Amino acid sequence: MSERIISCSAAIAEALTEEMTREERIFIIGEDLVYHGGIFGQFKGLPEKFPGRIIDTPISETCIVGSGLGAALTGMRPLIDLHFADFVTCAMDEIANQSAKIRYMFGGQVKVPLVIWAPDGAGLGAAAHHSQSLESWFIHTPGLKVVVPSEPADVKGLLTASLREDDPVIFFQHKKLFAKEGPVPEGEYVIPLGKAAVKRQGNDVTILTYGSGYYLTIEAVKELAGLGIEAEVIDLRTLKPLDFKTIAESLKKTYRAVVVHEACLTGGFGAELVARISSELFDYLDSPVLRVAAKDVPIPFSPPLEKFVLPSVEDIVKAVRQVTYR
Amino acid sequence: MPEDAETLLSLYRTMVTVRKFETLAGELFAAGKIPGFIHLSIGQEGSSAGVCSVLRPDDYLITTHRGHGHVIAKGGNLNRMIAELMGRKTGYCKGKGGSMHIADFSLGILGANGVVAGGFPIIVGAGLSIKLRKTDQVAVCFFGDGASNRGPFHEALNMASIWKLPILFVCENNCYASTTRTSYACSVIDIAARAKGYDIPGISVDGNNVLAVRQAAAEAVDRARRGEGPTLLENKTYRRRGHFEGDPQRYRDQAEVVEWEEKSDPVNRFAILLRKKKILTKDLEDEIAAKIDSDLKKAVQFAEQSEWPKPEDALEDLFINP
Repeated sequence: MSERIISCSAAIAEALTEEMTREERIFIIGEDLVYHGGIFGQFKGLPEKFPGRIIDTPISETCIVGSGLGAALTGMRPLIDLHFADFVTCAMDEIANQSAKIRYMFGGQVKVPLVIWAPDGAGLGAAAHHSQSLESWFIHTPGLKVVVPSEPADVKGLLTASLREDDPVIFFQHKKLFAKEGPVPEGEYVIPLGKAAVKRQGNDVTILTYGSGYYLTIEAVKELAGLGIEAEVIDLRTLKPLDFKTIAESLKKTYRAVVVHEACLTGGFGAELVARISSELFDYLDSPVLRVAAKDVPIPFSPPLEKFVLPSVEDIVKAVRQVTYR
Repeated sequence: MPEDAETLLSLYRTMVTVRKFETLAGELFAAGKIPGFIHLSIGQEGSSAGVCSVLRPDDYLITTHRGHGHVIAKGGNLNRMIAELMGRKTGYCKGKGGSMHIADFSLGILGANGVVAGGFPIIVGAGLSIKLRKTDQVAVCFFGDGASNRGPFHEALNMASIWKLPILFVCENNCYASTTRTSYACSVIDIAARAKGYDIPGISVDGNNVLAVRQAAAEAVDRARRGEGPTLLENKTYRRRGHFEGDPQRYRDQAEVVEWEEKSDPVNRFAILLRKKKILTKDLEDEIAAKIDSDLKKAVQFAEQSEWPKPEDALEDLFINP
């Protein structure tokens, strides 16, 4: 399979074009799609290629998500664009009470092929209502699959897989990563949900990360290599279902772990990872597992404030040195 | 519209079935045979029977916590309904849903919803799906007066209106939202007046007159099938039981309940009309009642003889691909 260097945005458009060509029941619904090509331009070209299948809505998050769900229950395969992940709060009933529960509470009578695509994350000076990383809310809601890709190839492979799922998927796409470029396979490319990727081999420590945390981590890893510390980097990619097997294999080699995520510390996905590692891999640990995450405040606006709140490369280096006692 | 005797008797049978089902459910609950909570629609049978009588099997329906009547009127299976109420494995949802979450996707019943106003956004999706698939199906959303005060009602009417979706929004204004009087909680006397804000037809009818409901629903459904968009239909009725079985009902005088029962019982009113028309004879009335009683008795037997779900069944049905 040949690869080219393209951006995350281009990878999204490519996955959607291929899947919408293959499967005519897929449609995209959300705000500012047809003329604007999506708030980040991520759907440019699609409205012309698939007339009538990219649907602009009023600003009505409740009904945007609910209408996707109703369509999924009646034979369609919608992708909902939430504009900003922060707006899940305006559709929380439709996501957490309805989409996540309908198959289960009706005894498995129906499938729910629904992708909720939610651009998340900070670093753009967008302040408290346009910057959050909310994945742990949905980890804590049985019935949803949670995907948080980082590199463009992951975006393409995981979006393709999500569109082929018959279960509801919430797909968090970090806003700051739209322009990131990387090698992406041409043509059909599927990364099954629930498969983590070991993106760098190392014997001294395992860094568990996802989404924007991956890019921070690869910066930190270069610095750590200069200190003689070789980190293994696992990009989790899918948080639910979680590929714990890959995590366990790595920890049985490195005996140490650091979790990195942009979401705030308390109750974040790192807490779940640390809990599982301590209950299932306690005998393999040579040091406590540390978490690198945002501070427990809303994301502030002013650049020095935002930078201070978000996790940094230095935080990762410090945590790794602590767990490796170096 | 003129109705033949067969249609009228079919409406009557549906109403009596709903009435007897709800009465039986109340008895089973009082006897401790139904766990949890149930919400009965006694006194509202004109709405469920009238609206569903104009639907096709492939039309969609979403209902509420007070939804037994709608499921029955759309053709729901009594055995599987009672079994679900009693938490059995043979129930519609294998015991995972209960009274507030009965669905039958094979009949277009997209489910009863435990969240007040939870059905609106989903019915918009069903309507949109019909439009995208270019069929002439119709989607019906039952809801109460209380739900019309929630945001999803307003978002849904707006979206259904701008896209001219084939949806019938059916408000059952039964004078109470849980324990709060509609006259206190609603800014309008007629919920149908809220349709004006969304430029769609809003019609209020006597919800205890099944023929008036049927007529209004038929017009709205025809309009929807013709691609002319949604309608808000308000069936004015009265909730004779408490919000839930066991509700102490401190918010109303029982004389009010008796007055509605005496003056405007939808089943009695329709029976009187059919007797006058000589369509319903005493013998036929008894025969219909006996048949429904027998079906319900069999449904209870079916449920009682059905297995309980295995405890570990609780871990199934979450995902298609776990």
